[in-house]
Amino acid sequence: MEHSSCFHCGDPCEKDIITFQDKTFCCNGCKTVFEIFSEHDLSCYYDLENAPGSAPAEIAGKYDFLTRDDILEKLLEFRSDQTEIVTLYIPHIHCSSCIWILENLHKLKSSITHSMVNFGKKNVRISYNPNETSLKEIVQLLSSIGYEPYISLEDFNGVKDKINRQILYKLGVAGFAFGNVMFLSFPEYFEVNEYWLEQYKPMFRWIMFFFSVPVVFYAAKDYFISAYKGLRSRFLNIDVPIALGVSVLFIRSTAEIALDLGSGFFDSLTGLVFFLLLGKFFQQKTYAFLSFERDYKSYFPIAVTKITKNNEEIPIQVYDIDKGDRLLIRHQELIPVDGILINGDARIDYSFVTGESTKVKKMSGDKLFAGGKQTSGVIEMEALKSVEQSYLTQLWSNDVFNNKTEDYFGGLTNKISKHFTITILLIAFIATTFWLATDSSKALNVFTAVLIIACPCAIALSAPFTFGNLLRIFGRSKFFLKNAEVIEELAGINTIIFDKTGTITANEENTIAYEGKPLTTEEETLLSNTLRGSNHPLSRSLYELLDSHNILTLDSFEEHLGKGIEATHQNKSMKVGSAQFVGEEIEHQALSTTVHIKSNDVYKGRFTFYNKYRKGISKLFNDLKANYDLAILSGDNAGEKDNLTKLLPSKTKLIFDQKPEDKLEYIRHHQSEGAKVMMVGDGLNDAGALAQSDVGVAISENVNVFSPACDAILDAKNFDRLYDFIKAAKSGITIIKWSFLLSFIYNVIGLYFAVTGKLEPVVAAILMPLSSISIVFFTTATTNLVGRRLKTKKENGT
Amino acid sequence: MSVIYILLTISIVVAIGFFIAFIFAIKRGQYDDSYTPSVRMLFEDELVKSSSNQSIKPKKED
Repeated sequence: MEHSSCFHCGDPCEKDIITFQDKTFCCNGCKTVFEIFSEHDLSCYYDLENAPGSAPAEIAGKYDFLTRDDILEKLLEFRSDQTEIVTLYIPHIHCSSCIWILENLHKLKSSITHSMVNFGKKNVRISYNPNETSLKEIVQLLSSIGYEPYISLEDFNGVKDKINRQILYKLGVAGFAFGNVMFLSFPEYFEVNEYWLEQYKPMFRWIMFFFSVPVVFYAAKDYFISAYKGLRSRFLNIDVPIALGVSVLFIRSTAEIALDLGSGFFDSLTGLVFFLLLGKFFQQKTYAFLSFERDYKSYFPIAVTKITKNNEEIPIQVYDIDKGDRLLIRHQELIPVDGILINGDARIDYSFVTGESTKVKKMSGDKLFAGGKQTSGVIEMEALKSVEQSYLTQLWSNDVFNNKTEDYFGGLTNKISKHFTITILLIAFIATTFWLATDSSKALNVFTAVLIIACPCAIALSAPFTFGNLLRIFGRSKFFLKNAEVIEELAGINTIIFDKTGTITANEENTIAYEGKPLTTEEETLLSNTLRGSNHPLSRSLYELLDSHNILTLDSFEEHLGKGIEATHQNKSMKVGSAQFVGEEIEHQALSTTVHIKSNDVYKGRFTFYNKYRKGISKLFNDLKANYDLAILSGDNAGEKDNLTKLLPSKTKLIFDQKPEDKLEYIRHHQSEGAKVMMVGDGLNDAGALAQSDVGVAISENVNVFSPACDAILDAKNFDRLYDFIKAAKSGITIIKWSFLLSFIYNVIGLYFAVTGKLEPVVAAILMPLSSISIVFFTTATTNLVGRRLKTKKENGT
Repeated sequence: MSVIYILLTISIVVAIGFFIAFIFAIKRGQYDDSYTPSVRMLFEDELVKSSSNQSIKPKKED
């Protein structure tokens, strides 16, 4: 029976294995889900994927707020007497079994009429009959089968994001016109002076004209707007020569067909816009299930339980909390406002807010700060402030969160476009003056031809295709970037700042060291059995560490809250707990967390809990130290300082006890000295620093759950590969520079035709798509090479 | 040779027809989720098999 894995969720079954119908389950919850599914003929769930489920969570009382009408109003998408529709975000959706079971919800509950999964967004849209069931029941049903939806304050604010399909429409228009214009201009390419073709030429040309009108005025609209914005802020961005090229193409072609001078360049025009949009579309890789814009709202609950004057428990919306309200915070619930603890055993996990790694014990009358998570039982508190005025939420009133840069004119492409535009205009004028002197009839022809052929389609495509492809390659390695610009920023950084708790340390894991007299097997058995009865997190981790022992029936067992535990078995006694509890005076008060052991009234020794650092951290820092300034900013105390200095290269700056604002200021200070800062953090306490930095990377144990607003999200498992990602970003920049060179060659060839006055429409129609396609091919092939290098490194590394 | 007017008209009408179909497809959100349908398509068998059982069951239970 050793190391079998759970049939439902795939977790290893370690202790307390449950066997049911020849299948093993890790817990009762998993078994129950299996029973529910088999009862309703839904056991196909297990045929599609191996162990697809997750253990259901404890939910008693948690969703009472879903009965409140004002909250329902905000959450529901559609409401009528017969039907209600809701879209719920379910982080656990990860495989085809998930899709299958969620789309068969109506078999578990007949009042659900329809459910449809969007796998990319990890949400399910459920329609149900409100007369027979309620949203609360549905959420409870989902939770009971292991698909607990994530409902946060963000949902309440209820701005349902509109999907932007503009680019698809534009791409459709341009592609449609491109295809048809190509088709219609075909006869003219061959220049057969056939009688009938000559006869119908004008009609063909005017049809092409009408196809091009929506392309110029609708599909290429953004380029004109962006060029205008660039010019207004006195900047020659890449869209300026593009807009110039497009308008010259259109005007000259129209003039040509109107005056019957030639066939125009409508094929090149529509093709150009089509390729440009294709590049834009490709670059626009978004990770629908991730959000890079989150603030505290997606971390906070929608509602909490309020205790009224008549001792009734009612759910209340968190924005409605007033000063002086009495609130009930359940196990694993979040404290939404600053307040005072009234009663209960408060053990608050602030790791997400402050970066402190240990749970904080609070006594009745102590102040509680918003954002902490209660981890042991139920507490009651009195609110001192409203949500927006709480200590944590005030961080979001800092300016960095409001400065959203609207127009992005930075970047390699725009840097080069300035020189490019000026050079092209210069060539155009020189060539025109030359022709004015020799053959003035051709002067205008040459001038427009230069602007047409120099339209930087290939240059404009280099960056989107390189970055777009890199974005996908990074995504496959669980490094998700907000957009393509982040890659450029990533290649340019020179300072990297890390947060400690949760970033370079693993969140849930500790390493435990024992100091003192060795324990006998008998003592260890008793210790393990003593710990078994306690639910304290430290006891649990210590219990997991000790080898399994026979289970003894303890004669007495007593847990002293916040102090320790005491047990006896056959006149042997065991005391486990704080130094005071075991009655031992410790000379120096250690900063790290310790648990002391006393057996039969003799002091034995202590277990010290250290942070566990992510694997590969030493190597990563040593790789980085040559090229980057490194620093660690921790919200925690200096207890780990010695450990860190041993682990990391000596020039790494270590700064402890940093408040969220301090981190932000530290980064701002370094930026003012010209540093390009990358901040690597994980929690809300880093939110300000992540926003201020040039590249903010959030480390996440599970990319589906909350991470603060940032530029990139990195799966914690790949943390040690950070340097590989930076190197890949740098190769991306090199690739773009090479493809610029390539497109210059095309431009030189094209310019030769243009300045000599020999630019035929067919030459333009061949040269433009050819240069675009070869750029796309070149960048895609080379970035894939970079991607393969990234992949093989991973395989060698692990 | 004036038949070319008819032919051109037909070809453009057909092309525009497809174009409109494409626009409607975007509008209805067919391009919003490009992954789930590819998986859902493979479920057809399981759905048919179990829905025949299901049509009897809930009525008996309720």
